[in-house]
Amino acid sequence: MRLHRLRGASLAALACVALTACATTGSSGSNGDDAASNEGDDREALATGLDYAANPDPFPSTYRGLPRQNMAIVGGTVFDGAGRRIDNGVVIVTDGRVAAVGDASTPVPGGHQVVDARGRFVTPGIIDVHSHLGVYPSPGVQGMSDGNEATSPNTAQVWAEHSLWPQDPGFNAARAGGVTTLQILPGSANLFGGRGVTVRNVPSVTMQGMKMPDAPYGLKMACGENPSRVYGGRNQSPATGMGNMAGYRAAFIAARDYKAKWDKWREDGEGSPPTRNLQHETLAGVLDGSILVQNHCYRADEMAQMIDLSKEFGFRITAFHHAIEAYKLAPALAREGICADMWTGWWGFKMEALDAIEANAALVDAQPNSCAVIHSDDAELTQRLNQEAAAALAAGRRMGMTIPEERAIRWITLNAARSLGIADQTGSLEAGKRADVVIWSANPFSVYARADQVFIDGGLAFDRMNPAYQPLSDYELGQPGYGLAAANVPQGAR
Amino acid sequence: MRLNSLVLGAACALALSAPAMAQQLTAITGGRVLTGTSVIENGTVVIRDGRVVSVGTGAAPSGATVIDARGKVVAPGFVAVDSGLGGSEISSVGGSDDLRNGANSISASFDVSYGLDPWSITLPVARLGGITRAVVVPNHPGGGGGGHAHDDSDFAGVGHAGLQSPSLFAGQAAIIHLAAGTDILVKPRVAMVAPFGEAGAGVAGGARGAEFVQFKETLAEVRLYARNRAAYDRAALRDLSLSRADLEALIPVANGDMPLIVTVRRAADILQVLRLAEEEGVKIILDGAEEGWLVAPQIAAANVPVLLNPISNLPGNLETRAARMENAAALDAAGVTIAIKGNEGSVHRARETRYNAGNAVSHGLPYEAAIEAITVAPARIFGMAGQFGELRPGAAADVVIWSGDPLEPLSIAERIWVNGEEQAPTSRQFLLRDRYAQGGEGAMPPAYGR
Repeated sequence: MRLHRLRGASLAALACVALTACATTGSSGSNGDDAASNEGDDREALATGLDYAANPDPFPSTYRGLPRQNMAIVGGTVFDGAGRRIDNGVVIVTDGRVAAVGDASTPVPGGHQVVDARGRFVTPGIIDVHSHLGVYPSPGVQGMSDGNEATSPNTAQVWAEHSLWPQDPGFNAARAGGVTTLQILPGSANLFGGRGVTVRNVPSVTMQGMKMPDAPYGLKMACGENPSRVYGGRNQSPATGMGNMAGYRAAFIAARDYKAKWDKWREDGEGSPPTRNLQHETLAGVLDGSILVQNHCYRADEMAQMIDLSKEFGFRITAFHHAIEAYKLAPALAREGICADMWTGWWGFKMEALDAIEANAALVDAQPNSCAVIHSDDAELTQRLNQEAAAALAAGRRMGMTIPEERAIRWITLNAARSLGIADQTGSLEAGKRADVVIWSANPFSVYARADQVFIDGGLAFDRMNPAYQPLSDYELGQPGYGLAAANVPQGAR
Repeated sequence: MRLNSLVLGAACALALSAPAMAQQLTAITGGRVLTGTSVIENGTVVIRDGRVVSVGTGAAPSGATVIDARGKVVAPGFVAVDSGLGGSEISSVGGSDDLRNGANSISASFDVSYGLDPWSITLPVARLGGITRAVVVPNHPGGGGGGHAHDDSDFAGVGHAGLQSPSLFAGQAAIIHLAAGTDILVKPRVAMVAPFGEAGAGVAGGARGAEFVQFKETLAEVRLYARNRAAYDRAALRDLSLSRADLEALIPVANGDMPLIVTVRRAADILQVLRLAEEEGVKIILDGAEEGWLVAPQIAAANVPVLLNPISNLPGNLETRAARMENAAALDAAGVTIAIKGNEGSVHRARETRYNAGNAVSHGLPYEAAIEAITVAPARIFGMAGQFGELRPGAAADVVIWSGDPLEPLSIAERIWVNGEEQAPTSRQFLLRDRYAQGGEGAMPPAYGR
């Protein structure tokens, strides 16, 4: 999966001591020994805040998880996210983790509450890899528009988590649609928009209370029309596609240089330490593999350019987002191990979205070792990623492809987790993973299916029939309509 | 894969769609027929000369070409309301947008019907989503309030280039059909469009109160003009704030003949607009009405129909703080006639109209009401009841055979007739799809494929 090409006393190795990110990659190179030897240096520590390695996780997660109990979800049709369909299945959740998944013969341990899912469907929690909830919250008014630091083409130094407003009512709406994990990204005005953050979709007063422990950071990069339009419109670079490429390259040259200086200083301790630079620091994290590139890129030709660019500087692209033309490059994306994060129905809103096709995900998925993902980028669509996946599935079937639903569900579960570097933690109902589970009222590929219960780390976060588990953000309290049910309408949240 | 046969199938269908087919007696038998107002199991739909001849349970008439729809669902083509189909090709390409006009001398008189493009690549895409008619509406140059821009592209601000001080009116809507051919216009000038709420207030100077005053003053001028055309032509009438063309266009609105589509979201604004309409004798259609459920009885009592998007459930701005998924169901339950819209202006995403209807159902709207809201109701709201949007004798033969429930994303529109002519089941998107179906890495570049 993710590569750690650099060993030894690199930023990556140091980061691995404090962040468990490396442990999640399966990399065996996260050697605490090297780091320990550095810490053992005689050199005086730098002043607080001047050495990244002294505190590589300055805004740590305080996520605790909701109250939970051990349970056995029995009788439902299980799509486990890893490609299996189990009719009359059993999902055992113990201590917030999936303990076992199997058919009706799966034993239910003592002390587990039995949840009856007969006639219903059970899937992993939905993961939205491209969200702006909290940074472009509802209400979308001036004063709340915190998603784009559109002041310079390179703002790799900004972190979406610093814009995230946890009271965005959109989080609650997304949860009612089964979304348990989201990557919140900065916008796409810039070549480098800044760091994204992956959150657990639990109500919280603080960003830190949602922040997913052990999830790697993503760096939002943007190809194409947006950066060149924004900055070209200001008569500055980039104004063109070639300006975009020059901008990426210049930034990675500077980041390579920065990283080399820090590596050298850590190695030999000679001279003054480099001055910390947050912009370069994020790109250095990309270069050492600890930060994943999440690249907004519509066109196939631009994706191919970005792949070459990544090789020029020695980093990996984890995912192309809004990958409208991924189907034109599907074999190459699979070979490179790059996820294609896509819509099904959006097209035609700008030139680079002209060639969108509904069968995009199905065609990407058809390649061996591919990673097709359906994403939202939208506070409404995120509530119905299951339907967006259904439309993609229908498009594939229409062209004669045989795609079972237990495979298609991966587009919004396990593949999405891969796209965020958290597939070892969530995205499928497999023993040992976080118990992020949705019980649907019907087949989730039906427009009529509702998320009945949503569990996050085994804690009940949403229940469609129980108002006690239909959280409202502070913003929603006392607003027009508060506390009123629409007359003559059967119960059900939102 | 079996692409050759697929392509061949498309070609055959193209050949079949020759106009001569329209004259033929055709019977679609054995399907579950959604007429728009009812459901007939194992029904027979007979069409000829572009119209529905009969709908029932009888056998196919002798001499008819019989199309077996057993296991399928047969439905009227859906009607996209509040749509931009045919009037906008690429949203970000201003030159391809004929829905928005910034000249202040041509506002109410702006007529979208002249700018419609029957060759638009958006039409076959919408048609594959079961859309066979659309009510194409102008967009106000001042922009609409609220809503979430996709692709976070709104950071640069909505383009208001060329906007002169606009009037209250966006212009006049037209009805189109989506049959392939050279003429898609069904009826021009079916409604006037005006934004109220935040967007309307913005036009009037910033405050809602200003817009209502300006609106009443405008109608007073229109009536003055209508009574004194001769004097106006002699320049013997006092100065009026609207151009002659705009005054003319507003006469049917002032008379209550042409409906006024009022974009309005907040419950308080809805009540004000209802009052205004009653005071002025103007026939209105509410558009948006996200907070409509709070005042559903008042809307019903005023006998005012509503165009709405049932999935609009977030407070995009301070006008939609009470937005709920149950809005459609609550309005329907109160007796309001509703039409369900597609997404994002119903141009490129008009095809999602059926999913929106399905989501309204999953949030309490009866299934039959959801079907009505995308078929019969739009026709009725725009004065075309019985002429399309319904499978009943005399109506235009807009018929779609679905592989299953048309509100389900997994269902596919397998065969589509518009005005009795079968439409090729293809689009530019399908051509792209088929070109790259094998991965695009063959010896010959994809460009050599058709």
